[in-house]
Amino acid sequence: MLEFGTQVVAGVTPGKGGQKAHGIPVFETVDEAVHETGATAACIFVPARGAKDAALEAVSAKLDPVVIITEGVPVHDSLQVMEHARRNGVRVIGPNCPGVTSPGQCKIGIMPNHLFKPGSVGVISRSGTLTYEIVAGLSGKGIGQSTAIGLGGDPVVGVSFTDALKMLHDDPETTAVVLIGEIGGSAEEDAARFLEGHRSKPVIGYIAGQTAPPGKRMGHAGAVISGGEGTAAAKIEALRRAGARVATLPGEVAELVQEVLR
Amino acid sequence: MKLHEFQAKELFAKHGIPVQKGTVIERPEQLDGVVLNYPIVLKAQVLVGGRGKAGGIKLANTLSEARQHARAILGMDIKGEKVKRLLVVEAAQIGAEYYLAFVIDRGAQRLAAIASAAGGIDIEDVARQTPEKIAKVAIDPFFGFQPFHGRTLGRNIGLTGTLLNDFVKTSTTLYRLCVTEDAELSEINPLAVVGDRLLAIDAKVIVDDNAVYRHPDLPRNEELTELEQMARASGLSYVELDGDIAIIGNGAGLVMATLDIVAHFGGRPANFLDVGGGATEENMRRAIDIVARKPGVRALFVNIFGGITRCDDIARGITSSPPPMPMVVRLIGTNEAEGRRILQAAGIHAYLDPEEAAQQVVALVRGRHG
Repeated sequence: MLEFGTQVVAGVTPGKGGQKAHGIPVFETVDEAVHETGATAACIFVPARGAKDAALEAVSAKLDPVVIITEGVPVHDSLQVMEHARRNGVRVIGPNCPGVTSPGQCKIGIMPNHLFKPGSVGVISRSGTLTYEIVAGLSGKGIGQSTAIGLGGDPVVGVSFTDALKMLHDDPETTAVVLIGEIGGSAEEDAARFLEGHRSKPVIGYIAGQTAPPGKRMGHAGAVISGGEGTAAAKIEALRRAGARVATLPGEVAELVQEVLR
Repeated sequence: MKLHEFQAKELFAKHGIPVQKGTVIERPEQLDGVVLNYPIVLKAQVLVGGRGKAGGIKLANTLSEARQHARAILGMDIKGEKVKRLLVVEAAQIGAEYYLAFVIDRGAQRLAAIASAAGGIDIEDVARQTPEKIAKVAIDPFFGFQPFHGRTLGRNIGLTGTLLNDFVKTSTTLYRLCVTEDAELSEINPLAVVGDRLLAIDAKVIVDDNAVYRHPDLPRNEELTELEQMARASGLSYVELDGDIAIIGNGAGLVMATLDIVAHFGGRPANFLDVGGGATEENMRRAIDIVARKPGVRALFVNIFGGITRCDDIARGITSSPPPMPMVVRLIGTNEAEGRRILQAAGIHAYLDPEEAAQQVVALVRGRHG
């Protein structure tokens, strides 16, 4: 994060207040850290058992966004975090996500810096490494990114595809959006409904799990087709109907982006 | 983690939701010692759905009839799952059937209470065909599901009087169960009128896998195959599929995409295996060991995009535990040069392009077919 220009001003680890990590002061509580350093956002790496408490604390301090990298957070814990965030007007990204970056400006998370290149394409995704794969493809073709957001692989996450699309549509630095979805839930279909009313910027999609069997959880807690809902086919169809170009293979995404930017 | 009906009903009884009197048997002879009033119902205890249609639920009027059914159902194969236990309950005179569930509404980021007067049938069918028959309440986790929510929901599905009071009690109790047991789904279908009371005829509880650690008291069910259990014990995310090309990748999204790429070029993936973020040499060795155990696997495709995961660790894992079948490796990302050098020294070529690599592995398998 430091390498990518993020001003990391404080760490919070209960029991380690007063110490320093990479020259950065560590505090016992988020309130102390905010009071002493003026921190405005949070990135949570706390293991699953303590993630809810850490997230509630960060949201209570009105840090925005609160990015939760942690994988394995119980879903009832996430429900409480999201409710608290709604009440406080705070955006939560994740859990189970690689974070968010605006290449050349800032990063909150764990995405590998060298893959990214400043530019005008927004990237929103439920996955980590698949995002790296597609971003590397974009950068390889000289297509830079404005902002990339890993939304998280859990069934309940904070910022949704629709929320992220709204932000990128309002962002003057973004000219096109790559949406990387996967099986499970209906966040992609919701995003498609939003797109039908707002076709201001081109959207290029890719949905992972086209060959995944129903009822099986494919790695991510949220990646499961249940009761006929959440299939890749339905998501692809919804996005295409809303005017998005949807790639069949991840390798085609960069080409499609090149075409729409031309 | 899905619970069996009898396990879910034990939870119901513990929390105070009325269920039928019954017992669990594993052998037909155990029926002799069962003290229940006939007629009784014998219900196969399996985690897959559709057991009724498969002949896994039978009514018996006499002991000999019950024994006959028990012999038929025990050991029966329902959608690949062998029936090991029967739940035996006193048959109930069922009147109207309702539906009640607490389920995670992913889009709303909330727990939702769902009720319907069209109980006893698949709720997804009701939702598709007659959505107006479904009543729903979104729940604020800090406020909880209050009795008035239960009354509103009950009124919306047409309940009055004693039944409405019963419904309020059952729904608030089921909510408490859902939260305290970390259920992602707790469902009663049907919630039936028996006499003048509501009774949970069936019970479905799915516990959030991420929260199982908080419930050492709950039974541990394995819907997983032997290999899937082995993978889980090694901290690997593995799903058995029915093809012949084993797949190892890092990151759930990338592995799903890898399956899609292989299928696109005409191959049939034998599994999903995510070695995880920050996979080590040891993880990689275990991954190879597990995917290679599946019978009928003809080739292995390793697709790694190094982020936190380092390509050199992956390469060392591969060379120290070479799979007993042809392999195609795609390796890119963190410490890529060192990873390639290690593989090259072992005579393994590493591809850069996943599609090219996938085509290669499909060709290998096709070649083997002749």
